[in-house]
Amino acid sequence: MGTWPVIRTIAKRELSAYFESPVAYVFLVVFLLLAGFFTFSLGGFFELGEASLNSFFTWMPWLFLFLVPAVGMRLWSEERRLGTIELLLTMPVTTWQAIIAKFVASWAFLAIALALTFPVVITVNWLGDPDNGVIIAGYVGSLLLAGTFLSIACLTSALTRNQVIAFILALMICLLLILVGFAPVTTMLSRFADVWVVDTIASFSVLTHIEGFQKGVLDTRDLLFFFSVMAFSLFTTGVVLRSHRAG
Amino acid sequence: MIKVESLSKAFGDKRAVDDVSFEVRKGEVLGFLGPNGAGKSTTMRMITGFYPPTSGKVSVCGFDVTEQPIAAKKTMGYLPEAAPSYQEMTVLSFLKFAAEMRGLRGDAQRSAIRRVVDTCHLDKVLGQTIDTLSKGFKHRTCLAQSIIHDPEVLVLDEPTDGLDPNQKHEVRTLIKRMGETKAIIFSTHILEEVEAVCSRAMIIDRGRVVANGTPEELKAMSTRAGAVLVTLQGASADTVRARLSGIAAIGRVEILNSQDGRVMLEAFPAANAGADRDALAGRIAELAIRESWTIQQLKTEEGRLEEVFRSITMPDTHPAKGAE
Repeated sequence: MGTWPVIRTIAKRELSAYFESPVAYVFLVVFLLLAGFFTFSLGGFFELGEASLNSFFTWMPWLFLFLVPAVGMRLWSEERRLGTIELLLTMPVTTWQAIIAKFVASWAFLAIALALTFPVVITVNWLGDPDNGVIIAGYVGSLLLAGTFLSIACLTSALTRNQVIAFILALMICLLLILVGFAPVTTMLSRFADVWVVDTIASFSVLTHIEGFQKGVLDTRDLLFFFSVMAFSLFTTGVVLRSHRAG
Repeated sequence: MIKVESLSKAFGDKRAVDDVSFEVRKGEVLGFLGPNGAGKSTTMRMITGFYPPTSGKVSVCGFDVTEQPIAAKKTMGYLPEAAPSYQEMTVLSFLKFAAEMRGLRGDAQRSAIRRVVDTCHLDKVLGQTIDTLSKGFKHRTCLAQSIIHDPEVLVLDEPTDGLDPNQKHEVRTLIKRMGETKAIIFSTHILEEVEAVCSRAMIIDRGRVVANGTPEELKAMSTRAGAVLVTLQGASADTVRARLSGIAAIGRVEILNSQDGRVMLEAFPAANAGADRDALAGRIAELAIRESWTIQQLKTEEGRLEEVFRSITMPDTHPAKGAE
């Protein structure tokens, strides 16, 4: 069997595993409620008085910070805890095929969650006349951000059999990736460091790179950032999984 | 079909498997014996390509497991220890997944699933999720997964663990039947299983192969092999012992039980008995007839696998005498 049928088979199993447990529905409901809460209450959607989804997308990184590690924490830790990893990797697949397949499945699940926020798009289009190009860019950015956080959760879940530890580790790393570009932090840093140092540090932040998408600008440097974090995390996941078995 | 050449695996400083070599041909069932932690599972994990070996080579159906892992894995079915499976899936969806992973689709998939469901008696639980199943069903579900693609090579890590006696018997029969056309390796703690199923048995201890042969050959290594167990009526222990010492081929006599003129004893052949070993039971019978003792029981021991196992894997302790 070729590469793609195998990846599709594993991804299909993985995705349906989300929906076979009630956790998926709980997750979707929590995500949608929080997204609504952030957009309309904290984000002040109506008070802004503009036809845009800025208040929706600005809060996305903070929402994903908690929810994406929750989705990704079981990816490998569960396989290792139950011993099914032995079953999976002795079937005719390579480790990287399995990693990609599981990652893609979870990413698809997050994409479904994002897609279910469509009522806000309808709302804003009904109330006013927003720039839908910007909204699409905002969604693309959010999806890439979700993928980036997910790849980190994938890595931390390969490190431990314990899902809680995987969750906390992923959350810490993602938090770091947010904070280094968070305005209050960069302002504080600029008090004792040169501008170029602060800029260099901030360039590692997801906030810095998602900004463009939220303004409707697709910059290849931003794309490159997200994809390279994903590639690095998934590659390291492979190294970690191999090292468990190498002894 | 399975060829293992000086295979070793180290975890840190600990050598879990140390220079193990063997071969399993088509139509052979190899029983893997050894105490817990002897390296049975580690060896099996290396054969199935889950663990990369520290050194040495494994090839399955001519494919090197390290260099052509996908081709090698295709020819193998594997039942890991403790039979893991995806708990939230139903038995049917799990088997579909396993079949699809093995490249079986459409009609081929349906007939493969039907075959393993019949073989492993899973028809009653097809729609149930695996986490609601009893241990026996979980085990058989995982076993079904391992034979779904009718592999040429089967690696089964403790296939009868946790099954009730009837299920054990069924799995043994299944292994024996499949063993006629496949190459099978299975590990077990149950020695009678080895005698019932295996064409060859291997004992490993502390990562090394310490014995390898047919179950009969292994049993012959027992100190009891060739000993004659007799129960006689109509004589006292002392007279029997005195008369038996007249037979040259007997080295040592052990009285197991003696009461009311009934003597139960075991006569061990002398080290230099040679061909007379096999005639020992006959000699004792002749003696008993001459002395007009009644023979209630007369039996030449084949040797006990359990005793061989203990004496090999625990050389410091003496085998338990008269355990039964």
